[in-house]
Order: sequence, then C-alpha cells, then structure tokens
Amino acid sequence: MDDAAANFDFGLGWLEADGPDADIVLSTRVRLARNLQGHPYVGSASDGQREVICRTVARAFENTSMRRRAVLLRMTEMSERARKVLFERRLISREIAGLRTGPDGGVAVAIAGDGPVSVLINEEDHLRLQGLVGGLRVADAWSMVDRLDEELGRGLHFAYHHEFGYLTCCPTNVGTGLRASALLHLPGLVLTKEIAKALQGISEVGLTFRGLHGEGSEVVGNFFQISNQTTLGQSEEDLVEHLTRIVTTVLEKERRARQVLLRDAGPVTEDKVWRAYGLLRYARALEYEELMNLLSGVRLGVSLQLLPSPSVYSLNRIMILSQAAHLEEAAGRALTAPERRAHRAEYVRRVLAAGNPPTSGPGG
Amino acid sequence: MSEAQRECEGPDCNNPAVVHWTQVVNNESSTQYLCKACAAAKGISTDPPPELDVTKFLSQLGAKGSPAPSEPSRSCTFCGLTFEDFRNTGRLGCSHCFTTYDSSMRRLLERIHGSSRHVGKVYLPPDPEAAEIDRRLDGLRRSLRRAIEVEDFERAALLRDEIREHEPSD
Repeated sequence: MDDAAANFDFGLGWLEADGPDADIVLSTRVRLARNLQGHPYVGSASDGQREVICRTVARAFENTSMRRRAVLLRMTEMSERARKVLFERRLISREIAGLRTGPDGGVAVAIAGDGPVSVLINEEDHLRLQGLVGGLRVADAWSMVDRLDEELGRGLHFAYHHEFGYLTCCPTNVGTGLRASALLHLPGLVLTKEIAKALQGISEVGLTFRGLHGEGSEVVGNFFQISNQTTLGQSEEDLVEHLTRIVTTVLEKERRARQVLLRDAGPVTEDKVWRAYGLLRYARALEYEELMNLLSGVRLGVSLQLLPSPSVYSLNRIMILSQAAHLEEAAGRALTAPERRAHRAEYVRRVLAAGNPPTSGPGG
Repeated sequence: MSEAQRECEGPDCNNPAVVHWTQVVNNESSTQYLCKACAAAKGISTDPPPELDVTKFLSQLGAKGSPAPSEPSRSCTFCGLTFEDFRNTGRLGCSHCFTTYDSSMRRLLERIHGSSRHVGKVYLPPDPEAAEIDRRLDGLRRSLRRAIEVEDFERAALLRDEIREHEPSD
C-alpha cells in the first residue's frame, strides 16, 4: 500500500499543466458527497459499521470501469508519513489522513489507476467522489465524477430524498452534494490591491474562497481556491457553469492586473521576479512558506515571459514535492526542521538547474 | 453607498433606495430603485451569502429562542440523535434524521441554500419503483433540454439513450 503512495508520480496528473490557463489555474476539482441508505453517518458509526461501509463501497468500486490498476488505500494500514504524502498531494483531506488524531478503522481512499478520480470512504460522508484535473476544466472534472457516480449508484443504495436530493451529514452539502473548486494564482490582483474587491465580488455571486488545502487552510503564495457555497436549488450543470464563468472573469481581471503591473511598474516587477528566482536557485535553506512566496514571484515571471524558465509543470511539482512528508519520503527517514529546510532548498536547486537555466540576465 | 440618495419606488415608501433591480424583458431593460424591505417583498435578496457555520447558526436560533426549531425532545428512531445533538455539532446522525426533523431541516436548508428543492440529478436506486423511474425521467429530460440549449450534443446523445432505456416501450 505504501508503495503506491511513495511512487513519485502517483495521483499527480493534475500537475501536468496541460489544461487551459494552467499558468494561473493550477487545478480544478469537483467532488460529490454521497451516503448509503440504512447506515449511520460516519460520525455516529462504530468501527465495525465503518468497516462494513468500506467493504460495500470498495466492492461497488470494483464493478466500475475505473477499477483497472486502481488501488484501495486503508488509512490504518499506512504509515503516518504515507498518509501525509497523500494529503500533500491533495488526494485526501487532513481529516481522513488522521494527522491529528490517528486514523480510524474503515477509512480509506480508492484511487482509479487510469483517471484522475478517487473516492474517499468514510470521511465526513460515506463517499466523497472527486475528480482533480489541471487547468480550468470544471465541466471535464464534473463529467468524470458524474460517470463514476452513475456507475457506483447502480450497485449502491444512496441516501436520496425526492425533495432535498442527496442527503449528507452536514446540511451545507445537501442537494447535489457537489462542490466544484478552482485553485488560482492571483499575484497580479494582490499586487495591484484589487484582490479584496475581487473576493468581495466572488462572495456576492454565491462563491467562496479558501487556501491551498481547502477549508480552514490559509492563503499562501497568492493561491486562492474558489468554490461554490451552496449545493441545493441549482442543477449540477448550473453550478459548474457558474463557477466556470466567474473563474474566467477573475482570470481576465488577473491578466489585466498583470498588464497594469508591467505597464506601470515594469522594472520593479522584473526585479522582483528575478530576485525570487535568484533566491530559489541558490538558497541553502528554505521554509515552505518562504518557498511558496518565492514560487509565486517566479510563476508570475514565467507567465509574463520575464523569465525563460522553469516550466509551469516544474513549478507545480516543486510546490507539491517540497512539502515536509515528500522530503522525508525521498530521504527515506524522518528529518529535523533544519534538515527539512536544507533538503527543500537542495531539491529546488536541482530542479531549477535541470530546467534550462537562464543564461542571460535582463537585456543580456 | 452613494446611490442611496434616491428614494425607494416601492408603494408608500420614502426609504433610501439601496437596490437597483434591472430586468431585461424582450430586450427592453427597466430599472427599479428599491429599499431593502421593498426589495425583499419582491423576493430580491440583498443579503451577503449565508454564513455556513451551521453550529453557530443553530446556536443563534436557540439563543434567541424564537423561530428556533421547536423540535419536541424526541430523538431519531434510527440513530438516536437528538435535535440538541445536532444543534451542538451541526452534523446529522443518519439519513433518517431528515425525516425525523423534516420541518426544521426544510427551514434550515432554505436558510443555507436559499431553497429546499433539489433540481439536479435524480437518483435512480438499484431496484427502482415506478415513481422513482418517472422522477428520473423528468430529471433526464430537464438535463437534455439544457444540454441542447448549451449545444452539448455529445451529452444530449447520452441523455437521449438513457431516456429511451427507461421509457416504457409501446
């Protein structure tokens, strides 16, 4: 089981940066919350009941077209580091990883081998189906989880109310059970101080924002996760289209803000992105938060073609693979905080050195 | 808001207008200037998105004591959850709780989502009854109309196949 998690490309297809607007939109995720009829919700279930739910869902998953090369990872059978690796890859939530309290029995994730879809089993709801893809592709992510939902629904008896729709543990997810989100890099709006207005606008149209790791996580490195706030009273297609439309608007505002930066503060912007690159390229110790802020500068530079390299794909990889558990996994042992900072800096230097390092400075 | 200089156009109302309600009907646009109360009377919501902290919301309801879901002190017959438990955690114990606390849930869902009526996918259980198939068909036809509207013909074709699958053959 740990082998799958330790495979350095496992579940990382969304880093490819091949989707539309991937320089700004890192990823799009759609998740559906589902519960089984006739079983207590996860919070009220015993270990034994959760185990039954886990086996039932795993069996149904085995009958879907997504079963090829799929893996079922049970949290109780994985080391803490392996669980943290999955969390850092954004494949599982902090809760399901049991990073604070230790993992619970019957808690698992089924990950399709061929596609970017997975099912969290016994998280807050019995099932959380999710599709995670690179770039702005809300409709694609939705159609993937929709297909999985249809296939699973043929074998499982989902809790469904003819008026309220799909029933969930928390009333905020009832109805479609659908949460669609896009992870955006918005340094232009932050630097031009337009971000507060943009976020205000988002909340006025029924969307909300969070940090990189979703609910409760802080905004670092100018990454904002924008998602729908309500799940009932609109169809899935409406929710998907609404998010796409609003994110596209934010995206356009971000591109305009970047042009304003170039026009009104070109030399300063250029200096900032090269400094960020220089620090990442030569630093000997990096805190993760510092790294994220520097990556933000470099990402902006690459997107504005002020920096010839690295690729957006390399930047995405650095962002995920330089987190604590990934560094420990690569080192094959636990690392102290100073060691982690050193390993992080070393890894970043290696990636940047390999990626066609810029040989000339501005104007050179 | 500088727009608040205008007076509300609502009946017998002199409050400052804070809502500009523009409607486009047959390519003709018309704008009405309304105060919050008159806008609400017309069903136009001006409130910011609802607070999603369910526990906080529920405890506030309880604290004020008024439109509090006056659930009798019974518990869910399936999982044993009391409404008090739900109020404390914001989490339900099982799907049966929605029936046990039907009217409170309806109110709560309307407050959170602005609606208590699901208009999305209609689930078809593994052993469906006739009424469930009918509802599913309605849902599929709704999706089909929408797919055609947005010119998603690939999805429309899939939906048509599925509708045919469930429709009684003559």
